[in-house]
Amino acid sequence: MDFKDTPEEAAFRAEVRAWIDANAPKHLEGELKRASFGSNGIASEDPIAAGKAWQKKKAEAGWACLHWPKEYGGGARTPIERVIWGQEEGPYAALTGVFTIGHGMCGPTVMSWASEEHKRELLPPLASGETVWCQLFSEPASGSDLAGLRTRAVKADDGSGDWIINGQKIWTSGAQYSDWGLLITRTNPDVPKHKGLTMFFLNMKSPGVEVRPIKQANGQSSFNEVYFTDVRIPDSQRLGEVGQGWEVSLTTLMNERLSIGSGMSTGFPELFRFCMEAEIDGAPAVDDSGVRSKLAQFAVKQSGLKYTGMRAISALSKGETPGPENSIGKLVAGAAMQELSMFALDLQGEAGVLWNEDSPQQGRFQAMLMRSPATRIEGGSDEILRNIIGERVLGLPGDIRVDKNVAFKDIPTSGRKN
Amino acid sequence: MNLDFSDEQKQLREQVRRFLSENCTSETVRSILEGPESYDKELYQGLAELGVLGAAIPEEYGGVGLTHLELCVVAEELGRVLAPVPVSSSIYLTAEFLMLAGSEKQKETWLPKLASGEAIGAFAFAEGQGRMAPAKIKATVSGGKLSGTKSPVADGDVADVLVVAAKNEKGNVSLYLVEAAAKGVSRETLETIDPTRSQARITFDGAPAELLGAEGDGWHIATQVLDRAAVLMAFEQVGGADRSLEIARDYALERMAFGRPIGSFQAVKHILADMYVSATLARSNCYYGAWALNSGAAEFPVAAATARVSATTAFQHCAKNNIQVHGGMGFTWAFDCHLYYRRSNALAVALGSLSSWESQLIERMSAGNAEQAA
Repeated sequence: MDFKDTPEEAAFRAEVRAWIDANAPKHLEGELKRASFGSNGIASEDPIAAGKAWQKKKAEAGWACLHWPKEYGGGARTPIERVIWGQEEGPYAALTGVFTIGHGMCGPTVMSWASEEHKRELLPPLASGETVWCQLFSEPASGSDLAGLRTRAVKADDGSGDWIINGQKIWTSGAQYSDWGLLITRTNPDVPKHKGLTMFFLNMKSPGVEVRPIKQANGQSSFNEVYFTDVRIPDSQRLGEVGQGWEVSLTTLMNERLSIGSGMSTGFPELFRFCMEAEIDGAPAVDDSGVRSKLAQFAVKQSGLKYTGMRAISALSKGETPGPENSIGKLVAGAAMQELSMFALDLQGEAGVLWNEDSPQQGRFQAMLMRSPATRIEGGSDEILRNIIGERVLGLPGDIRVDKNVAFKDIPTSGRKN
Repeated sequence: MNLDFSDEQKQLREQVRRFLSENCTSETVRSILEGPESYDKELYQGLAELGVLGAAIPEEYGGVGLTHLELCVVAEELGRVLAPVPVSSSIYLTAEFLMLAGSEKQKETWLPKLASGEAIGAFAFAEGQGRMAPAKIKATVSGGKLSGTKSPVADGDVADVLVVAAKNEKGNVSLYLVEAAAKGVSRETLETIDPTRSQARITFDGAPAELLGAEGDGWHIATQVLDRAAVLMAFEQVGGADRSLEIARDYALERMAFGRPIGSFQAVKHILADMYVSATLARSNCYYGAWALNSGAAEFPVAAATARVSATTAFQHCAKNNIQVHGGMGFTWAFDCHLYYRRSNALAVALGSLSSWESQLIERMSAGNAEQAA
């Protein structure tokens, strides 16, 4: 057991550090570190353009998508080298947050299911940041019950083999600046819900695609609604067989939980700094025994997540497959973030209500308070993640599914009895 | 980076687990809980013969000469089965005190006996209610004679040698070795929430005491040894947490209600998922603590407190919810749930309470290591 770098890892770290030191947009570092929680990171420049520029630079030097094979624009690095890169990239990683969904979820799905020709066409520009991808999965009536989706794909009646899409998606992060989307649709309503789905990739600039940003509870608009009106997709852009969409989507979801959950911060370092500065009855808050108890519990969650993530990487590097146990990352971090921000508010007293420049750390805890409810829902709610742990890690029986063998069109859509 | 035990260490785990599955069953634990003995002598001797007591003790002092990592592996297995033996007092504490601060003669005298199980050691620090603190110590040593009362002392009623914290003539805390059979030592077994881990009140009335470590250095030495013991005990706690989860999971699969196994209900499933989460976080923190202990890393004090806080929290969480998952059956004497519940709460206040470790963790972080947990 060794938590430190081997000589090879240390050499790799030095190489990464030197490159980042020479190439990172250092004029943005301060702003990135102070960036409001849940924001795009910077305000002084167009965040998307700055993100694309940084990604391009990384790609040219071979540092883009370290987990991808080289022929698709990746770095073909080991899991531990990826962790080292992440540690060294530090605040600059936030710049390329716009690519998280493409690199973490859409790319791997394309890699598993697309034709070789499509892979060579789509993946390199995604790796180098020329294209942005989004994931068109959730719908207003199907979030956790994803397979209950209603967006329809039907064959065009002109003999072209194309598909015509109608329907609506929601909670689509980054749809407003995406070039491509991974789209799951219903192609057959006459079979049970999981069996009638088909996956496509879609050019977001196609006629009939309309993106409407959603104003969220925290005032920002990172999620969107996406409407499809007679959108045409060539059959060659289908991923997997007709009716195999659920299986394809599982590739995405598995990668999503890995990608969202690993290395998430709970905001503990910020809270700790704040407790060193804040006062209770004229003494530093950190000297108060109640504060210490709370802080210690947050601290062990934060470090437990960090080392659980590192254990998973360690296992991965020995050739073991990461399993559903990785669901704990987001489950723990989301809830901790919410509790932690409420605790920070409490320490601020009545002024905790204020969310302005005078708030501690530029209102970071207020921003976290207002963003964390979404963290507990997106990419699998706390409840779904607990089901995954219960069923797939602990081997407990699945929930009873009353719609399991019912044709999709016959599943009730309202709780009211007619 | 490699955050896992080696294959050899995993083999040791299997070997110890096999031994304990045969020699430390629920009946073994219950015979101590319900009977007159303070620990299981046969089991303790068996562990000594297996070499696990002396795992981290150098060969020159009668040990096996392995590392603390192997001892961590052993500790987890002992914790899983609630082994009713004085390993924590004798090995995690007394042997560590001797290895860290003992004179050559003290090591030669006691370490081989501790490793072979011929002698048992215990650490006598607490003097009644409240948190451990040097200011609270009233026991004194004057002219090599110790006087005062220590309570509770884990395994103090069966120990042959005691490490006692007392104040010297100048009022500074020092540590002393005292033989329990010496004149001037009287002891009494106390009633506790967990009789499978015995506690005693020991009264010293001019008992002969031999200095251990430098004069006045007692608190400093004790802090270092308590940190080591905290990591080892944290592994016991993780073992207990994991086993509580397994017992609850098995029951949830088997017990039917409303025509379904109760584990198929989300309310129950989610309790079990949360138990898994807390045990997993604790395990990861323990690995960090084990590595820091074994490698002598600068962050060891933070790592030790992290492991301890996390493991205490996890074991209490899992043990109490194991009862909850069992419903009324979990509160019966016949089921093992209460054995884990007892032990989880007893260990939560051993070596200093949870809140005192929480406080120490934050104190150590504010001393300059705040970013480590980030």
